[in-house]
Amino acid sequence: MTMEIMEGSIAIAETVRLCRPQVISAYPITPQTHIVEGLASIVADGRLDAEYICVESEFSALSACIGASAAGSRVYSATTSQGLALMAEVVFNSAGMRLPIVMGIANRAISAPLSIWNDQQDSIMMRDSGWIQLYAEDNQEAIDMHILAYKVCEDHNILLPAFVCFDGFILSHVYEPIDLPSQELVDSFLGPFNPYQKLDAKDPISFGMYATPEYYLEFRYEHDQAVKRAADAIKKYGKEFGEIFGRDYSELVVGYKLEDAETAIVAMGSICGTVKDAIDEMRAEGKKVGLLNLRCFRPFPSTDVAKALAHVNTIAVLDKNVSLGAKGAVAIEIKEACYGSNIPVYDYILGLGGRDVRKRDIKKIVELAEKGEGDMFYGLREEVL
Amino acid sequence: MVDRSIENFECGHRACGGCGASSAVRMILKGYGENTIVVNSTGCLEVFSTPYPETAWKTPWIHSLFENSSAVASGIEASLKKQGRLDTEKILVFGGDGATVDIGTLCISGAFERGHDFTYICYDNEAYMNTGIQRSGATPYDADTTTSPAGVCSTGNNLPKKDYPQILVAHGSPYVATASMAYPADLMKKVEKARNTKGPCYIQVHTPCCTGWGFDGAKTMEIGRMAVECGLWVNYEVIDGELATVKKVKRVPVDDYLKAQKRFRHLFKPVRNDAEIAKIQAIADKNAKKYGIDIE
Repeated sequence: MTMEIMEGSIAIAETVRLCRPQVISAYPITPQTHIVEGLASIVADGRLDAEYICVESEFSALSACIGASAAGSRVYSATTSQGLALMAEVVFNSAGMRLPIVMGIANRAISAPLSIWNDQQDSIMMRDSGWIQLYAEDNQEAIDMHILAYKVCEDHNILLPAFVCFDGFILSHVYEPIDLPSQELVDSFLGPFNPYQKLDAKDPISFGMYATPEYYLEFRYEHDQAVKRAADAIKKYGKEFGEIFGRDYSELVVGYKLEDAETAIVAMGSICGTVKDAIDEMRAEGKKVGLLNLRCFRPFPSTDVAKALAHVNTIAVLDKNVSLGAKGAVAIEIKEACYGSNIPVYDYILGLGGRDVRKRDIKKIVELAEKGEGDMFYGLREEVL
Repeated sequence: MVDRSIENFECGHRACGGCGASSAVRMILKGYGENTIVVNSTGCLEVFSTPYPETAWKTPWIHSLFENSSAVASGIEASLKKQGRLDTEKILVFGGDGATVDIGTLCISGAFERGHDFTYICYDNEAYMNTGIQRSGATPYDADTTTSPAGVCSTGNNLPKKDYPQILVAHGSPYVATASMAYPADLMKKVEKARNTKGPCYIQVHTPCCTGWGFDGAKTMEIGRMAVECGLWVNYEVIDGELATVKKVKRVPVDDYLKAQKRFRHLFKPVRNDAEIAKIQAIADKNAKKYGIDIE
């Protein structure tokens, strides 16, 4: 294994190259830009034999992916925030058409007010779209999840698109040591794209027909079943990935010092790194705190979550999003997963629009949760309210 | 010439009796020939031809959304190119006028700028017919629609029909044409020409809609011809930016064409609205002058 110091976005672009997509269609948006710039230059330099469609909007970016995937090509796109919001209609449509598209999401806040900085409101907004949603803690996970996502999505028993989510700037623009896998290993894991069906003059099919009330419910049921089946597929291919690349992804939730924890923090994405450091310091002070890192938000691993948290006394959920008028999206799921256990679940909306979250904030949140204070926006600057 | 005996659009679909669009599509598929991949915007054509699990299409067909067909076609083209299939398989997009001149413009502009090799057919029935006859940018002046109703303070649609083909000419499209389903030979010839032209081609096809315009479904061809004969619809070709052919006619006044359709009846009842009819005649006169359609 050779570790190389690389910017997250460049590592992702190089990894997409290794996955050999035949068509890339993307529109630039901060903080995703370095990925599509990287891919454009990879194609321009002849390092990847792909068509790069330089589209006029995110709406067309994903629409072109639909056409290219339906015609039998492996495809890639990446976006964030407003771009994802603009493509919303296509996001739902591509999932319903059961096309195995992989799209990187450099997580960013949603306007208004305009913010280019990180939170996870964008991908959470697409919670109900029927896409798989994976969340990376660091850049190594971000690139590994791209490879894994293609494997899962293209399985003929799954046939779904997937978001690989990584925090904008915090991961996309950060230089970290990366083990970029060899082409041989990626080829052996992924193989060439083998579409379940495709637009082909020799074998005509009608693709994307409308459904009357006699059929629509069944289409949605089949789609839901596929998203649920994806949980086992991720575990199976995540294990296989581990055997080939040496990094295991057979779990959708990953505990850190959780076995004997009295208070559990639940979080997604890069914040988990900060949480782990805070836990180490709290453990040194004798506090039994652990972390449950949610690697996969859709399908939601409800049973795995309930099992992992069954023994704790208190749960503190860190939500880098908010369903305005309700709670954070993660907390809602955790409460549902733990229903009947009587373990209190406290929600902390934090880090929105790039607000920094530090170890001391994590410690403070643990104190609040243990006092029974939660379901709040954490870290509000009272003086500007 | 392609084999015109092919039938890639089956009978038994659910279009209204006398639907201009369905006849046009059958002829267009004859003109475009075998090995055609169809992309279809949401709209009448998509709905009447593909209620799951039935389909009228005997050629590969895909429908994604209302406004993104040219972007979907861009992706198909890139994919076929990468697979070495673009020499044998050709892409044909069908969008209604709403899907084209209004909501699809972003995607169409992008695809034409990029120069993908496909043909875009706008079947122009001059309003949003699938949702119940609402006005679009292609609705003609003074037409009564459900969102531009004629009334005490209104003579119907108060805006002129958008000159969409010229927008695609401005994009540098190598082949832009207009046609009418009432002139099948001309239509099929133009479609075949588009297939054989590399790059993004655009054909806007006049497809009278008996339900939306208010005429007997047996008279669809007749109405289509009347539109051309009075100069409110002009059949022409623009090749590489230059006007190449124009259908010339012994032009008649617009009155009979208007009278034949309920969407214009408010111009004649309770009393004839001379001022408004003169404005419509002026549109025909302007077309005639611009394209030189009059047989001297």
